[in-house]
Amino acid sequence: MKTIYSRYVWRVFSSKRVDKIGFSTKPSRCADYFKAERVRTSFCCNWHYFLSHPRRVQLASTMPFGNSHNQLKMKYSAEAEYPDLSKHNNHMAKVLTQAMYERLRGKQTPSGFTLDDVIQTGVDNPGHPFIMTVGCVAGDEETYEVFKELLDPVIEDRHGGYKPTDKHKTDLNPGNLKGGDDLDPNYVLSSRVRTGRSVRGFSLPPHCSRGERRAIEKLSVEALGALSGDLKGKYYALKNMTEAEQQQLIDDHFLFDKPVSPLLLASGMARDWPDARGIWHNDNKTFLVWVNEEDHLRVISMQKGGNMKEVFTRFCTGLTKIEELFKNKGHAFMWNEHLGYVLTCPSNLGTGLRGGVHVKLPNMSKHSKFEEILKRLRLQKRGTGGVDTAAVGGVFDISNADRLGFSEVALVQMVVDGVKLLIEMEKRLEKGQSIDDLIPAQK
Amino acid sequence: MASSFARILSSKRNVGILSLVGAGSLTVGFLLNREQHVSAGAQVRRVYPPSAEYPDLRKHNNCMASHLTPAVYAKLCDKATPNGYTLDQAIQTGVDNPGHPFIKTVGMVAGDEETYEVFADLFDPVIMERHNGYDPRKMKHPTDLDASKIRSGLFDEKYVLSSRVRTGRSIRGLSLPPACTRAERREVERVVINALGGLQGDLAGKYYSLTQMTEEEQQQLIDDHFLFDKPVSPLLTCAGMARDWPDARGIWHNNEKTFLVWVNEEDHTRVISMEKGGNMKRVFERFCRGLQEVERLIQEKGWEFMWNERLGYVLTCPSNLGTGLRAGVHITLPRLSKDPRFPKILDNLRLQKRGTGGVDTAAVGSTFDISNLDRLGQSEVQLVQTVIDGVNYLIECEKRLEKGQDIKIPAAIKHN
Repeated sequence: MKTIYSRYVWRVFSSKRVDKIGFSTKPSRCADYFKAERVRTSFCCNWHYFLSHPRRVQLASTMPFGNSHNQLKMKYSAEAEYPDLSKHNNHMAKVLTQAMYERLRGKQTPSGFTLDDVIQTGVDNPGHPFIMTVGCVAGDEETYEVFKELLDPVIEDRHGGYKPTDKHKTDLNPGNLKGGDDLDPNYVLSSRVRTGRSVRGFSLPPHCSRGERRAIEKLSVEALGALSGDLKGKYYALKNMTEAEQQQLIDDHFLFDKPVSPLLLASGMARDWPDARGIWHNDNKTFLVWVNEEDHLRVISMQKGGNMKEVFTRFCTGLTKIEELFKNKGHAFMWNEHLGYVLTCPSNLGTGLRGGVHVKLPNMSKHSKFEEILKRLRLQKRGTGGVDTAAVGGVFDISNADRLGFSEVALVQMVVDGVKLLIEMEKRLEKGQSIDDLIPAQK
Repeated sequence: MASSFARILSSKRNVGILSLVGAGSLTVGFLLNREQHVSAGAQVRRVYPPSAEYPDLRKHNNCMASHLTPAVYAKLCDKATPNGYTLDQAIQTGVDNPGHPFIKTVGMVAGDEETYEVFADLFDPVIMERHNGYDPRKMKHPTDLDASKIRSGLFDEKYVLSSRVRTGRSIRGLSLPPACTRAERREVERVVINALGGLQGDLAGKYYSLTQMTEEEQQQLIDDHFLFDKPVSPLLTCAGMARDWPDARGIWHNNEKTFLVWVNEEDHTRVISMEKGGNMKRVFERFCRGLQEVERLIQEKGWEFMWNERLGYVLTCPSNLGTGLRAGVHITLPRLSKDPRFPKILDNLRLQKRGTGGVDTAAVGSTFDISNLDRLGQSEVQLVQTVIDGVNYLIECEKRLEKGQDIKIPAAIKHN
């Protein structure tokens, strides 16, 4: 604080260094973006930095910046601006009435994210045939506060009745996981755990500017560069990749491409692609981090075979280490007691964790009670290409259905226990035996 | 925070001066910025300096990338139009789309009429590059919709299958498709269909809203080749013009199916006059009459089109400024199209070829879409005359080649 204030005072006197509106008149170079986080050159910039401190949020609305385009909309009535959601089927459309739109449309977060920004993806994408999409995204951490009235019911609907007063438990201690190291490798082909993390103080991918995105990349690369032991690895920036590196990453099934799903594109997270996007992975190719794709960071631990315990242990160790490295640089992850880890899509709140296996269940998948059993085990199935794909050759991606309201350990435990049971059932069906006595109660 | 301020204040030498000047400059600074804010629209939220925000355009090949230097970016990045449209929004499509393999795209759009003024430092050089040296700072654009001035204009229908003239018009006072709010878009729709409802005689017609179309209507419009769909080109979607699709979008056409208006697609309105055969003169005559009628009808209600002397009719894409006019024919030229001199002939005649599916499509068989290259700096009458003269020349060449005679590349047409 003291540094900012004294810098401001000095700047007013040293008028030769600033032009009329307070911008530094130093010649700027492209490569200067590496110094971004230390440079606060203008009067406006200083004030914004000062104001973005949570205690000063209430002053932002009186200052002459923010999203003035939102002010243009206020000239029109709420009825004229309210989107036509009559043919829509997503969580946002179920909750957003015209009255709610009217109450929320004048608001914005301190960084200028508005209600229309939140809902644009849901307006542009009326509905997915197989899955009820969320239809809204967050542009920054404060979105979940400012637009509580919309997002709390969406969260409640999406996360099995999670109330605005509920508390979420975080548990990243792999020692608390029971078993999980002995899933039958004849059935389980590979095991994987993924989650996301957002860096506090920065806007999220739908809203971030190029400068912010680059700053996140720089921070992440520095933090990941300090990992050691079996976590030591290398960063591949999407825009600097060589042909050979690109092919290797594709062969390893690591490379992510520019999103094509209209759900993602309509939210604005693919802007400026591939600037400041990249992939980091360790030398063993068992720990992988995506930078600036759908979230600031997506952290993935995976390996062939059924040793979920090892995958989860590496996952927790890696995440904890990364969090520590970020803290050493003065940055925390976005987290709070109510929503857990804060991510772009409300569906990924809480743990943001999807732990799963690729498992052969040809007989189970034909059983009439397959869906019901999965539901009771709180698991979901996907094709081996990920969400929206079909299963190939009886091999399914089985993972936890929940994200919020259960800890990481609890969710992975559900996967471990559930997959064990499914394999047992599969073995019974192979022998032509009944599985009725194995069918579980609802968890 | 309070303690550090107190520390500065309590420093023995500075206490009186600093506190006074400090508070004073705070106010002055605030007011100075207010002035900026009031005149140019809101100050844009900035946490990082322009050098950190400048896009990486090293692999880019579009007009925006050619002219957006770090200096220009730094100068313009904090400005906004009175509606709040910013430079980053204007250039987003060019940043997201590095380049088209065959055609140098413009790479930026306007969110409202003022965009062309507030960001003139970037738009003017791009306009100059794209429009063959037209300097918006010094030149004036002529508008001429008097179809009686057209000479000739009846093509040999052995070669010309259909004739078409299109342009766009924007309603002054409402934001353009990349930036418009839902209410503004609905307002555009309301103003336009109100005006179109007043057309009479051979121009009388009906509006089909995309949100309310029945299955049969949709099929009929597809069969007539009238129906436009949600844009899939990333050049358009990245600019934000497909938001809220299909809200407030629609198609209006007259009963004879020769005069057609698209509402809220890439521009507020796209006006198209077309018919089978080679009577370009009649197509253009109907075009001018229809446009002038629509303009009169909206003026009755107190609206007008976006137009100024410098840039002519103002549209979303800088490539469509001036007349926004593309007059063309679908023409079969089996022999000429195989002649290696064909591209040069077109070039000298100030014409361009496209496939029969429109821009970015390939020709089917030897049928091409031949139309004018220019949009700005020449009037509507001049451009249509250029097309007529050029197409007549092409037909002449084709006839000569049929008879086994040789053809000549015409002299390049010079303007200004």
